[in-house]
Amino acid sequence: MELFFQQLINGLSLGSLYALIAVGYTVVYGIVQLINFAHGEIFMIGAFGAYATWMVLGQPTDWSAPLSILVLLPVMIIGGIIASVTVALLTERLAYRPLRNAPRLAPLISAIGVSVFLQEFVRLFYGRIPGFPDAKSAIPFPVVHGISGEIIQLGGVTIQMSAVFTVGALVVCTVFLWFFVNRTKTGRAMVATSQDPDTARLMGINVDRVIMAAFAVGAGLAAIAGVAHGLSYGNIGFRMGFLAGLKAFTAAVLGGIGNINGAVVGGLVLGVTEAMATTFIPGQFGSSAWKDVWAFVLLILVLVFRPQGLLGAKVVDRA
Amino acid sequence: MLEVKDMVVAYGRVNAVKGISFSVEKGQIVTMLGTNGAGKSTTLRALSGLLPLVSGEIWFEGQRLDGVPAHKIVERGIAQSPEGRRLFRQMSVEDNLKLGAFSRKDASGVKSDMDRVYDLFPVLGERRSEAAGLFSGGEQQMLAIGRAMMSRPTLLMLDEPSMGLSPIMTQTIMRTIRELQADGVTILLVEQNAQAALSLADRGYVLEVGHIMFSDTGRNLLGDDRVRRTYLGAD
Repeated sequence: MELFFQQLINGLSLGSLYALIAVGYTVVYGIVQLINFAHGEIFMIGAFGAYATWMVLGQPTDWSAPLSILVLLPVMIIGGIIASVTVALLTERLAYRPLRNAPRLAPLISAIGVSVFLQEFVRLFYGRIPGFPDAKSAIPFPVVHGISGEIIQLGGVTIQMSAVFTVGALVVCTVFLWFFVNRTKTGRAMVATSQDPDTARLMGINVDRVIMAAFAVGAGLAAIAGVAHGLSYGNIGFRMGFLAGLKAFTAAVLGGIGNINGAVVGGLVLGVTEAMATTFIPGQFGSSAWKDVWAFVLLILVLVFRPQGLLGAKVVDRA
Repeated sequence: MLEVKDMVVAYGRVNAVKGISFSVEKGQIVTMLGTNGAGKSTTLRALSGLLPLVSGEIWFEGQRLDGVPAHKIVERGIAQSPEGRRLFRQMSVEDNLKLGAFSRKDASGVKSDMDRVYDLFPVLGERRSEAAGLFSGGEQQMLAIGRAMMSRPTLLMLDEPSMGLSPIMTQTIMRTIRELQADGVTILLVEQNAQAALSLADRGYVLEVGHIMFSDTGRNLLGDDRVRRTYLGAD
């Protein structure tokens, strides 16, 4: 039973990471029907942006735990968000907007190109910034005292502080998203645009701005996920966005792409499934080498029996 | 108020509107008649900025309108209730009306205009928190018109408001259009129901395959043989 709760905690932590990234796929898809394959790299950029912020702060390693949690971490997160939002808006403007009226395949290929470009850009140029470490292989993520490596014991269950941070970040972001979508003018404009872009224009909604807002919101959450990833795994690398992005995309499809709640649920279900599969499936099929297999088996099962995803993406009833 | 000169609009690769000129005077109800594919909706979509012009000009209150992005056209005082109503079906009546007022910043004015829509269409007021998709066709049309009114337009364009409605509901809608005119709103009405539209209209234009075939006052067109043969089913 303890093992079950242990894996549930691990799964929720992993799932929260997926969910934070998955929201970015789903909001962009909901509005422009583009699968932004570069979104995993936006997550990676967020982590590197947070790292760069730490460098600019003078690589503080001896800050006390309260100071680290209340000052250092928020500043790093803000730095990461600024980096990823900037890059996301640039890619939207340069790589996607010119293809807005092109056949669907064109922006998709453009997205794959952006993905490769961003990975290589970080790999080749991050280390060129004076004083920065070479990013050709993984670099250790800054230690945030009070979180990095800290644990809470609850009965026989070990909870990493980084997991608390990750799950907490998802909760805060979900509340923020709900407020944004339901209570702000831009949020309502976003929902209207996803339902019917032409009619949204007739209402006086600037659809270009709504699309930028969607990219920005997704990138902001991805940056937070990037920091959470750094805290949980202790290192970051230019390739970290590939598998995380693929899993998050899976989570978005699982929950029903285009549906924000679906992305959150899909992420959590996927994370818990992976954690449980590696523990409770006997023999070699339960080894951690197989966890990605079970994640995608789950995806295939859901797509076969419930193609619209768990929460059923709203089918756009456009004439 | 509105002046269209030699407007050509393409839909895909085909020119759907092939060089039309017409004008709408302040305070008038102007109607545009024509069968499916005549270019009526294309004309309205171009006026709202949803489709670019191939050539020609649009002038509105002394200013050039073609080339202005759609969301800015609403701010200039032009609203459209599009063909097929195009409500945000999963959203409530109230949310639909709020979106209609998206370009406005005067919250109190929006509130009073919303109350006015509810006065005009009591059924919408009674069920304001229900999803728009749950309403009957006629009620949805009321909401579509109400939503277009929420931007407080000086020119209101209505695309086939009577489509799919019962004769009684059509009368209600036409009466509402007349009331809006009395309030000082200029109206450009696209219709297939020539009888209903022409009995309201100060002026009518008849479109066929992208051209304006002829135009006259509403009363004269009602008595015109060509109109009677084509649109009123008279022998």
